[in-house]
Amino acid sequence: MEELNGKAGSTPFELPNRRGKQTLMVLLTRKIEFAASHLYNNPNLSAEENRRIFGKCNNPHGHGHNYALEVTVEGEPDPVTGMVLDLKELKEILEREVMQRMDHRHLNYEVAELAGQIPTCENVARVIWQLLDPKITQGRLHRVRLYESPDLFADCYRNGAAGAGKS
Amino acid sequence: MNSSLKIELGRRYRFSASHRLHSPHLTEEENCRIFGKCNNPYGHGHNYVVEVSLSGDIDPATGMIANLADLDAFVERQVLEEFDHKSLNEDVPAFRDKVPTTENLCIEIYQRLKSFPKANLERIRVQETGNNSFEFAGDNLEGNRP
Repeated sequence: MEELNGKAGSTPFELPNRRGKQTLMVLLTRKIEFAASHLYNNPNLSAEENRRIFGKCNNPHGHGHNYALEVTVEGEPDPVTGMVLDLKELKEILEREVMQRMDHRHLNYEVAELAGQIPTCENVARVIWQLLDPKITQGRLHRVRLYESPDLFADCYRNGAAGAGKS
Repeated sequence: MNSSLKIELGRRYRFSASHRLHSPHLTEEENCRIFGKCNNPYGHGHNYVVEVSLSGDIDPATGMIANLADLDAFVERQVLEEFDHKSLNEDVPAFRDKVPTTENLCIEIYQRLKSFPKANLERIRVQETGNNSFEFAGDNLEGNRP
């Protein structure tokens, strides 16, 4: 730190928070993968309606996916470390909040936060947002993108945030 | 529904089509200079990937913004049936007088899908190859991701 301060006048690196009042927001994304099973069934609907609405996803024995989760955090890089947040810490949060809860689990029966909800990609993404948002204290959660397959994903943003379109 | 959050559903579709970049308003030489290989008179093709992003409330009964079966059928009818294994220049009326660049293709697909009745269309992203992609969000500038 002392060394950094001593060289500040001649440092070739321009520190982001010294550019007047301009803030440089950087987005940082970490990706993890987990495998889980689920099925879609609404107990308030008849068996026939469930089959019609949910199709193959209504199979009573469930089915599974390799989910890919991209978590994006926004923030200004710290002038000393150059980091928005410590990736190690983000990795630990994801391990604790997502992997331990959902990896190799049945989303209908084993994830308390999803109780009473159909575990669609939309709902799982929202639950992951709600789990992560209070835990990320350096920087701010910007986006959660959950891929159920390479061709289907759900994005969760803070409403009104840059990057989320108007309603 | 939790209104402090915005949820979008993204779905990818694929089609293969040919095109030729050529403008009747330019000379042969200018076409050749501007469009290069893409101006080859016999055209060439791509495997396009179309990413459709929708927003809306999650229906508590289904957990869904929109039923994928409805979206798939709509995209099939509005886009894939008319684009897949076709020549964009010859088979799609919109490109009779418009160069079928992927920018214009993005706008055309957005216009064909914006009337989807079950959710709001946020944006269309079209990937022409693994190395280039284009996005269009209509007049919803905030819908363009940073």
